[in-house]
Amino acid sequence: MEIGLAHYLTVAAILFTLGVFGIFLNRKNVIVILMSVELMLLAVNINLVAFSSYLGDLVGQVFAMFILTVAAGEAAIGLAILVVFFRNRGTIHVEDINAMKG
Amino acid sequence: MIIETLCFYLFAAVTLFSAFMVISSRNPVHSVLFLILAFINSAALFLLLGAEFLAMILIIVYVGAVAVLFLFVVMMLDIDFEEMRRGFLQYLPIGALIGAVLLAELLLVLGTWAVSPEAAEMAAAPTPPVEEVSNTAALGQLLYTHYVYLFQAAGMILLVAMVGAIVLTHRTRKGVKKQNIGEQVRRRRSDAVEIKKVQPGQGI
Repeated sequence: MEIGLAHYLTVAAILFTLGVFGIFLNRKNVIVILMSVELMLLAVNINLVAFSSYLGDLVGQVFAMFILTVAAGEAAIGLAILVVFFRNRGTIHVEDINAMKG
Repeated sequence: MIIETLCFYLFAAVTLFSAFMVISSRNPVHSVLFLILAFINSAALFLLLGAEFLAMILIIVYVGAVAVLFLFVVMMLDIDFEEMRRGFLQYLPIGALIGAVLLAELLLVLGTWAVSPEAAEMAAAPTPPVEEVSNTAALGQLLYTHYVYLFQAAGMILLVAMVGAIVLTHRTRKGVKKQNIGEQVRRRRSDAVEIKKVQPGQGI
């Protein structure tokens, strides 16, 4: 059986859904929420590379590289903010992150 | 061909299984390790698609940098993760509902969707045949010509992210003995040596 574009897109769709599901499931844990965001970005990358490969257009892979860049920067900044927040408040509970609520 | 099919199903299954374990495992360290497994298997999927360069970049950037950063933060912060899991199943129904709706929408899009026959001619940068130009060379030729400004912008994003992360987490500790070369050079004899006249038979 030939593996087609639809197979890859299905895998990416399930991966994206798992990422969204993970955000709901781990409402209290910022670290796992960040990991879920990484999973969603990975699903988008699989989509881009699959389209690029099956439609013969290399631009999709260029785009996937830029998404990789942004994802790496996002993870670095997010974790840095997390470390600073933990140093100041001693907790990373999502419910406790309300200092700007007024 | 049959081997390629089997490889696809193996890598896809392991990717999805480890993605599920990322969001459902009790220990965040296990989550990070399953995240690494998911990234490695997606890199294998990229290899099956013929995107060798991106597969290697995925392993280097995600497994080598991002996942290790996650592991570092999970282990550095002293958090009671058991307490954090309380009420874990409270959001399961709404999360499952939204996930099911999203998945159904995505699969509906997949079911009714078709590639236009003219799509191949409309490609912005047609992939050269692999026998002539390898994937890495073709990507480099595209990236350093048409997309050079975007490439530089990506580099700027990484620089800003690096500076931001350092500025956020850096702190000057008090009470640390450090060498200050300017102070050492500026030191004069009068700062360091004092001559006292000591009378015989008396202390200072």
